[in-house]
Amino acid sequence: MSWQIGTVTWINGPVVRARGSRQVSMLEVVEVGDEHLVGEVIGLEGDIITIQVYEETSGMRPGAPVYGTGMPLSVELGPGLLRSIFDGIQRPLPVLEMRSGSFIGRGVHLTPLYRKDRWQFTPRVKAGDYVTGGSILGTVPETPALEHRVLVPPDLEGTLTWVAPAGEYTIDEPIARLRTENGEQELTMLQRWPVRRPRPYRSRLAPAEPLITGQRVLDTFFPLAKGGAAAIPGGFGAGKTVAQHQIAKWADAQVVVYIGCGERGNEMTEVLQEFPELVDPRSGRPLMERTVLIANTSNMPVAAREASIYTGITIAEYYRDMGYHVALMADSTSRWAEALREISGRLEEMPAEEGYPAYLAARLAEFYERAGYVETLNGERGSVSIIGAVSPPGGDFSEPVTQHTKRFIRCFWALDKALASARHFPSVNWLESYSEYVDDMADWWREQVERDWQTMRGQAMTILTEESRLERIVKLVGPDALPDEQRLILETARLLREGFLQQSALDEVDAYSPVQKQIRMLDLILHFHQRAQRIIKRGALIVMIHDLPVVNKLMRMKTLVANDQLEKLDDIRRELDEQMDQLEAEYR
Amino acid sequence: MSEFIDRGGQEVIGVARVEGPIVVVDGAGSVGYDEVVEVFDSRGRVRRGRVLEVGEDVAVVEVFAGTTGLSIDDTRVRFLGQPLRIPVTEEMLGRIFDGMGTPIDGGPEPLADHYADINGQPINPTARVYPRDYIQTGISAIDGMNTLVMGQKLPIFSGSGLPHDQLAAQIVRQATLGAPVGETPTQAAEFVIVFAAMGVKHDVAAYFRDSFAESGALTRVAMFLNLADDPPVERLVTPRVALTLAEYLAFERQMHVLVILTDMTNYCEALRQISNIRGEVPSRKGYPGYLYSDLASIYERTGRIKTSKGSITQLPILTMPNDDITHPVPDLTGYITEGQIVLSRDLAYQGIYPPIAVLPSLSRLMKDGIGEGRTRADHSHLSAQLYASYAHVQDVRALASVIGEEELSTVDRQYLEFGRAFEQEFVNQGPTENRTIEETLNIGWRLLSILPPEELTRVSPDEIQQYYRK
Ligand SMILES: Nc1ncnc2c1ncn2[C@@H]1O[C@H](COP(=O)(O)OP(=O)(O)O)[C@@H](O)[C@H]1O
Ligand SMILES: [Mg+2]
Repeated sequence: MSWQIGTVTWINGPVVRARGSRQVSMLEVVEVGDEHLVGEVIGLEGDIITIQVYEETSGMRPGAPVYGTGMPLSVELGPGLLRSIFDGIQRPLPVLEMRSGSFIGRGVHLTPLYRKDRWQFTPRVKAGDYVTGGSILGTVPETPALEHRVLVPPDLEGTLTWVAPAGEYTIDEPIARLRTENGEQELTMLQRWPVRRPRPYRSRLAPAEPLITGQRVLDTFFPLAKGGAAAIPGGFGAGKTVAQHQIAKWADAQVVVYIGCGERGNEMTEVLQEFPELVDPRSGRPLMERTVLIANTSNMPVAAREASIYTGITIAEYYRDMGYHVALMADSTSRWAEALREISGRLEEMPAEEGYPAYLAARLAEFYERAGYVETLNGERGSVSIIGAVSPPGGDFSEPVTQHTKRFIRCFWALDKALASARHFPSVNWLESYSEYVDDMADWWREQVERDWQTMRGQAMTILTEESRLERIVKLVGPDALPDEQRLILETARLLREGFLQQSALDEVDAYSPVQKQIRMLDLILHFHQRAQRIIKRGALIVMIHDLPVVNKLMRMKTLVANDQLEKLDDIRRELDEQMDQLEAEYR
Repeated sequence: MSEFIDRGGQEVIGVARVEGPIVVVDGAGSVGYDEVVEVFDSRGRVRRGRVLEVGEDVAVVEVFAGTTGLSIDDTRVRFLGQPLRIPVTEEMLGRIFDGMGTPIDGGPEPLADHYADINGQPINPTARVYPRDYIQTGISAIDGMNTLVMGQKLPIFSGSGLPHDQLAAQIVRQATLGAPVGETPTQAAEFVIVFAAMGVKHDVAAYFRDSFAESGALTRVAMFLNLADDPPVERLVTPRVALTLAEYLAFERQMHVLVILTDMTNYCEALRQISNIRGEVPSRKGYPGYLYSDLASIYERTGRIKTSKGSITQLPILTMPNDDITHPVPDLTGYITEGQIVLSRDLAYQGIYPPIAVLPSLSRLMKDGIGEGRTRADHSHLSAQLYASYAHVQDVRALASVIGEEELSTVDRQYLEFGRAFEQEFVNQGPTENRTIEETLNIGWRLLSILPPEELTRVSPDEIQQYYRK
């Protein structure tokens, strides 16, 4: 439903100005031109309306009509989101393909969620119940991996006058009627929510458990809390996308929202092809059944790229509100920031650093603030964790997007070009990265894994830090100048780097490393270090340690020991002790 | 040969302002954003341009051939009411065009019943086919370490004076659809070539032309030439014209198309020039904030789609100003393309051809294009090992330069030997030497055998058993 509110007066790429009604509101969705291209009002001055258009404006002319819709930019929420792939303004790409072929056409209007599917609805409430925003009306098996909980929209409350019996319904059909202060209202499984407004929750909770990713360098060294926010900055080819894909595949979240924001088309195709085939190690179901994809690739219109982040986070919050843990990846937030810059530039706004608008930091803050571990409106616990890739120009982290992002995240996974070119992956630099969640996660490890993870992590970090100091000396004088005790540090650090931190996403066994395996591998390496230290103190030479056959085993245990055969690590430990015992015996 | 058909476009006499390649036209009603214009000077000579910005009765126009000779009062501007389009047909293979698509080989305008907007449209990610079929280039540093895949965009990052042209020409000459070791390709893929030159010298264009001619490929090549002395603004159109033809050949005529774009740095400079004249807010080094999106609108026109057997593989060439890989042009390119082949001045000085710096090079699509049933089962591990070992060579060399080679441990001396051999025997090869994938992999193993087997932790014990030879 739309009506003409003005006519176009000026066009500059995705930014269009129109003259017309003063009744149009800021951030209202409008349709521009005869093709009804979707846009959003981003400025009002007198009767001049400034619009960012989500589609290519080529060929548009001054004088073209502009239509208002009275609605802010919103997403559709309901069963059918999972397994979907949308563009930045939630147009379903497979339907778009059916409509306009292999290439994305303009002015195609599509409903985000498919209307004809019938969903098996089982009510959890009955007529006469008093319900408030967020209350669960009933459930739908959205995919075999996830039960969709149909919620009362956040801003409604009242007494149910009717609830549909269990059965199959489309998302348009009423499933309940609610008597509110403002009269009776029909509820369906379909809701809308304005993307730029965070969905409400009851309260924020302190982060208490890690988002397990199966990536050792992350889980063991720089953990992200469920409900936390992390940034992955890195130059091109450093491994941001592979890291994001790995997390999307293996993270112990119930729902994954993956936003390809201004990146490659082939990478989205890769996910589309791979995720239905890959099995979630926890649910045993194809990964696609818990995944929502948003793709606004680099060559798709830049304004929709700006919107894609909000579309994604709103969908994530919706599943959070059902009481689920949701992980959201945005690859890359820099492209989103550049979209802001491009629009701002065309508006001739006063730039701040490197041409970015002054409100860049505020926008980043708003986005990352939508992460959180919360008590939902219905008293459940849910979370949205955000993992944002950052693409600093020239790989230089001093640029504005990286710097501002750092203020709003608590987990910084710094990817390192030098490690990447030596093919040490993930190229997370262990000296530059940090996680401020380490203390918060210690209890979880103690309770769930029954290990003193924090101490072990500390020991390993000490060895790695010490290594980098020693490496500086080695660069000047060679390793032979170091006493063997220090050379042992280099040896153990090498084991940590190559045997532990390095983890190939391409390896069948090692792509995913369960926490039990992680901690036991770390334990073995530390055990190696302690034993070797003792022996070296007694006068053994470092080469003797280096040449122990078990060293090669430790280096390879990540791939030698399958995830369901962790007892093999005990064998390695026995070998290690035997060989150390033997050596030790020589130096009594 | 863009369309000249008069669609009754409106005409305005006199312009308000001329600055660099830009003219501002007052008094034109209802002009379309991005539409094509014809600009006539006082003697009636025509040049083409494009609308960059449009208001109620003002239009900002970039004139491709530049504005030399245009006056305020005598310039006539005709708005054609549509975006720039070119005819596309298979007959364009074997022909040479200027940077705007007009034939310059003396032949007739190609006859086509199909015209296409040079801007193209974004490929829907759901319509793509993820590229997995590798192209054997016969060059070890590429096939072994940075495998090229059909439908990939893989630029060559070079520097002035380095042999990027030779390398690109060698790839074009030798490229065949790859097959697993021991098998012959089931399908002899004949590549057609779309070549776009932006601001390169005449002798570069001539070099490619001769090279295509020598290998008998000329009938399969369409060349679009915007040379160093051609108008810079035209360069903004050239790659788009070329890719429009490539898309037609790949997606409508089911052909495998190799697209060479050289030199993207010149393209970006033209874009910067326009941006600066328009007074846009620059981001880095004066380049406009939309450089990334603009480059993406070129590079993303690559790949495969479900509805065609054809493919577009892009090999853009760019020279890094001051050999600086962090310069915005290589930087943003690397962020968009599926890897990069980096040439090194150091290796070139040592007489190594092709001087491919293996460590900073990357092929992102390699992982799915190699391995069992594609190249050979050990390929992935082998290349990871070569990378790791060669990376370690760099550390050892640094150490050797401080403490002297004699002071190195035995293992480190073996690394030095490996490093030399890797550069001399693996990377280095003749400009006409065409190695099979098997030869490449076997050289790799032969060189790894210089190192003690305990050092080889990226390959499996079984692979060591099978291929390691002391
Ligand atoms: N964990 C990993 N395991 C193996 N290879 C990796 C890993 N991470 C990155 N890579 C390699 O690095 C390449 C570039 O990674 P990518 O994530 O695409 O970089 P970015 O997104 O930072 O540009 C990949 O194509 C792959 O070859
Ligand atoms: Mg990436």
